[in-house]
Order: sequence, then structure tokens, then C-alpha cells
Amino acid sequence: MNDKTEVNDIDRSLHEEKNVEKHRYQSAKGLTPEVIKEISREKDEPEWMLKFRLKALKIYKNKEVPTWGADISDLDMDNIITYVRPDADLQSDWDQVPEEIKDTFDALGIPEAEKESLAGVGAQYDSEVVYHNLKEEMVEQGVIYMDMENAVKQHEDLVKQHFMKLITPNDHKFSALHGAVWSGGSFVYVPAGVDVNIPLQSYFRQNAPGSGQFEHTLIILEEGANAHFIEGCSAPKYSVNNLHAGAVELFINKGAKLRYSTIENWSRNMYNLNTKRALVEEDGVIEWVSGSFGSKVSMLYPMSILKGARARAEFTGVTFAAEGQYLDTGAQVIHDAPDTTSTVNSRSIAKDGGHAYYRGLLKATKNAHGAKASVSCESLMLDNESKSDTLPIMKLQTDDIDVGHEAKVGRISEEAVFYLMSRGISEEEAKAMIVRGFVEPIASELPLEYAVELNNLINLELEGTIG
Amino acid sequence: MDKKLLKICNLESKVEEEKILNGINLEVNKGELHIIMGPNGAGKSTLANVLMGHPEHKITNGDIEFEGENINQLAVDKRAKKGIFLSFQYPQEIPGVTVENFLRTAKTAVSGEQQSIFDFKFLLEEKMNLLNIDQSYADRYLNKGFSGGEKKKNEILQMAVLEPKLAILDETDSGLDVDATKTVAEGIKKVASEDNAMIIITHHNKILDYLKPDYVHVLVDGRIAKSGNMELAEEIEREGFAKYKKEVLDESNSKSNC
Repeated sequence: MNDKTEVNDIDRSLHEEKNVEKHRYQSAKGLTPEVIKEISREKDEPEWMLKFRLKALKIYKNKEVPTWGADISDLDMDNIITYVRPDADLQSDWDQVPEEIKDTFDALGIPEAEKESLAGVGAQYDSEVVYHNLKEEMVEQGVIYMDMENAVKQHEDLVKQHFMKLITPNDHKFSALHGAVWSGGSFVYVPAGVDVNIPLQSYFRQNAPGSGQFEHTLIILEEGANAHFIEGCSAPKYSVNNLHAGAVELFINKGAKLRYSTIENWSRNMYNLNTKRALVEEDGVIEWVSGSFGSKVSMLYPMSILKGARARAEFTGVTFAAEGQYLDTGAQVIHDAPDTTSTVNSRSIAKDGGHAYYRGLLKATKNAHGAKASVSCESLMLDNESKSDTLPIMKLQTDDIDVGHEAKVGRISEEAVFYLMSRGISEEEAKAMIVRGFVEPIASELPLEYAVELNNLINLELEGTIG
Repeated sequence: MDKKLLKICNLESKVEEEKILNGINLEVNKGELHIIMGPNGAGKSTLANVLMGHPEHKITNGDIEFEGENINQLAVDKRAKKGIFLSFQYPQEIPGVTVENFLRTAKTAVSGEQQSIFDFKFLLEEKMNLLNIDQSYADRYLNKGFSGGEKKKNEILQMAVLEPKLAILDETDSGLDVDATKTVAEGIKKVASEDNAMIIITHHNKILDYLKPDYVHVLVDGRIAKSGNMELAEEIEREGFAKYKKEVLDESNSKSNC
């Protein structure tokens, strides 16, 4: 093909500089109980929460950094405080925000106020005003929906009963860190039988300093309740503090149904080490929709624990790893009750030397007789420099389970690109078309506005601009 | 009006280190229907791919002129925009992309005019009716799960929608039963006009029961060994390609001028 056009990635060079910059501001101090106490005091928390934080800190100190999966050796674990207590000056200067991030905000049509907030430099984004009406409607139904800090104080019992019970500080080093320094996030409680017919969105995450980094999301659906929660938005969230270790705990009681949608698009300096878990009781349903686009490194494996009979989990995910990105993602499902069902459908794309790693787990305990599970993970590499792996692990402790499994790794077909180009379609658009077709089974599952966002993101990734 | 469309002169090509085209000369004018016949491995599909600009095929000598302009170095999509169309022997399957969506994008690219969803639907419907293609195909993924015959009909549909000046049809009749061959041939007839030209590549002449070519060329060992009319096709039908292999050898030192 002569006249070959290059499929350009967004220019990331500004980010690199930012990383260098950061080190000048590093403090030599480690994470101490005094720092934790200060965090807790600022939040005016109940005593039990402070104790919990301190216990988590102790666990954190004793845990090893995981050695499998992504290379996170660039994270300065000895000076973790620099990730927790950032330099205020750096955070509040709009001029320091890379142009590419600003351009992406523009391209995605993000409002001005939200842009500054997303970049971590704005005054606090007044979500209360903008989403007031939405909230009122839900309050009438008895739904609680507020930021996590306030929930700890206003709904102490509910929080105490559930907070970090599903993800504990003992799980791994970053869940321990999260337990010690968590800040911000959303709290949702839906009473029995209530159907929240408007998607709830995580607008609260910007309300506290550092809340975009260690935010805690806790959602409780009582019997027969129904809700859809949307986390984040498709704009890249820029932060000079490049460690994200959030936690999402979802409690889905008998017959309840939760759809949890995320598009994670962290800026490309970010280590995204997020933990998400759902506990599903009898006849309950969890549906995950997960898009992983940004970050330098991601390790993200949403887990569904099917604890009650006939509980169901569905996971639909897209991962897009471009230059310099290592995205290690996958779904985990644990069948721990009879007649439980799960469907995992994942598509990953790697380009310009990016590395997409699918790491999934399907586990069935001896209680899981009559269970049904299907896992399909496909990945598409757009060039020879990119890498893709799939590692779907299965641990089955019962024979009485029906498992379907399909894994495919392939490169974009030059013949297919030629075919489309022979119809007048440019090389860039031909590749974008093939990629969109590849994720179509997933895009068609998304609500329309989300599918549009997904398309925009893919176009951004492939063309460096929205056409 | 200038009738000249395509002029190929001493065209040589290779794939990796293997030389395939060995000095092709061919002229095609508007309103003409050309048939290129030849045994397997003669370079028929290669010629089609080289004309379309397949990246694996390198031109090592000679020229391709389209409407008086040398297109040797032109990218595939730009050739399509100039009005060259290739109907593939083995059309690619593109999962997740519907026929309608794909063709609207292609029509926009080729015509340089944004196609409104509404107007395009009408256009597509009209062309599908013309070719007796069920309307439900518009919503199917491009070639995905299509039978051999359906894929070939879909190629003709694309040709009808994109309205190229020069269509190269590579083995359009291969793998088709009698009925499907007839349908495809009828489709080609409906699209053919005084303003366009077609080159049909085939290695048997089933399709010639339905189409009357202006020229028949015999392609052997990467060269056009003989050109003629319908009688040449009939002769090939009776006697095969053997004698042309010999003729190529006899003439291999003489380069025709063009």
C-alpha cells in the first residue's frame, strides 16, 4: 500500500515530562499512623473508622507488593505518602494539565466546570446543584445516594455493617492501602422492591481531595431492588498522583438486580490497581459492563461471588491497550451455590506496542451443582509490535457444571483492510471499522449514550481525533 | 468524450521474490466488456490485485494508466475513489459491520458526498431489488456466514451501489451453481453501461453463456498470450490452454511496444 497513512496515537509526551516533574516534590516521609490520624481528623470520622484505618495501615506495612501480573516497580512504595498527600501547587494549576487531556475534554464535549474538576484543578464541582432533581426523585423512593464520607456519619450502621467486608485489607497490599487512606466515593442504598429507573452516576467522586485515587464505592440493594450505577465517564481523569487504588463493594440481596457500568480512562501516567467485588444472593443478578482504556498499568479483575441459588453474573468488557500501556484485566466468577449462571464476554485490542492481558478466573465450589458458565475472550492486535495474552483460569470442584469456553487471539487481517480500502475507505477508517465491528457484540449491549462514548473512545484511540 | 479508461503497459510484478506478471499489455475503453481467461497460476488474480494496489504485490516494471494518469503509486482507497472496483474471488468477512453501514461509508468515501441515512436506504433498496437480493441482507454483517453465491452477489451489489468506471471481477463465477451464475451475470448486465467498463476474470467460460464480451484475452505465465473475440473463448473451451503456453515461450524475447 503506497501513500500509507499512519494510525496515530494521542501524543503522550507531555505526560512523560509530568512524571519527571513529580519526583522533585517527593517527600522522604513514609506513611505513618500520624498521617492516617490527620486524614481521619479532617474527615471528622467516627472512632471505629479511624481504628479500621490504622489496622489496615498495619496490614499494609506487612504485605508484599504482588510479583505477578504487571510490572509496578516504578511505583515508589517507600514514599507512598507522595501518592496519598500530593503537593497542592501541582494540583491546582490548569496550565500544567497536558494539552492532549484538554483536547480530549473538548472532543468529548465535557462541560467547562467538569473539565477542571476532572483535571483535579478546579474548585469543587458542584454536583449537588446539577443533580439535585435527580436526587430528589430517588429520595422519595427511600433511596440513599450520597458521597461516602457523609454516609459514614449519616448512615453509620449500614456502612459499618458492610464497609470492607467484601474486600478486606487482608486481600492484598493495595486493598490494605485503600483501607488506610480511602477518601471519597459513592454510597448507594436501595430499599426492598424499589426500582431505580434512572442510572445513578458517580458524581461524588470529586468532592474530597485525593478522592479520585482511593475512592470507595459501596452499593447495597435490598431484596428485589433494581438499579444501574455508572462509574466515571469517558474523559481521561488526569492526576499528577499516579496511583489509583479504589474499591467497589456491591451487595445484591435476594432477587435484586444491579448493573454496574464503568469506562475507566485514566491518563496514561496512572497505575490503576482497582478492586471490585459483588456478592450476589439467591436469584440476584449482577451485570458488569467494563471499559478499560487509559492508564499506564491496569490490574483490574471484577469479581462476582454467586452465593445464593440461581444467582447470575454477566460480565461484558472491552480493553484497549495502546503505546506504553499494559492492561491486565479480566472477570472473576465464583459459583458457590446450585444452579448459578455466569456469562463472561471480553474483547481486548492492542496497538502500537500496547499489551492487553486477559486474566480471568472461573471457580465453582462443590456447592455449585447444576451451575452454568460461559467464558468468551477474544483479542485483536492491530500490528506486529503489540501483544495480547489470554489466561482464563478454571477451578472446578464439581463435575455437575456446564462450562462453555472460547478464547481467541488474532491480528488484524491485512486482507480485510485491503478489502475495505478497495471500496474507497481510508486505511485509518478501515481499521477503525474492523475494531468497531470487533467490539460490536459488546457495544450493542450498552445503553445508547454509552455505546456512543465507546465509539468515540475507539475513534480517539485509532485516529487521535474525533472525525 | 474520451473513451480511454485503462492502459497497462509492460506490467511486471512480484510477490516477495517471486515474479508473477511478466509484461502485461492491455487497453480498456468505456463501454467495453473484456474477458481474461487462463489456467490456474497464470497470474489472473494477481493482475486484479495489482490493478487495485494490493500491498503484497510490487510493481517491478511497466505502467498502469487510468484516465491518462499513472496510478502505479496510488493508494488502494484513492484508486477506488478514481472509479476502480475489484469484485473479490474470496470476499472478506467483517463481523460486526452491517452491509448497509459499510456500503454507506464506502459510498460517502467514493462519491465524496455525505450519504444521508434515509436517502441511502432508498438507494440500497433499489439496487437490491435490481439484483433480486433480499432486503434483510442490509442488516447482516458483511459476508459473515454468507454462502459462496451470496458473497458474489454481495460483490455485485457493492458494484451497483458504488458505480465504478472500471470493474474488475475476479472469478465471479467460480464456485457458483447454474442458477447463481445466471443471477450474477444478469446483475453484471444491469450495471454495465456505455460509461463504464468491465474486466471479467475467469478460468472457465460458464459465465459466457450469459455475457457477450467485446474482447477475450488468454493470460498464461504472467503474459497475455493472445487476444481475440468470442471465438477465442470457444476455441479455449475445446482445446484448453496448452498451445498458448508454448506460444509464450516462443515469443518470450519480444516485448511488444505500447
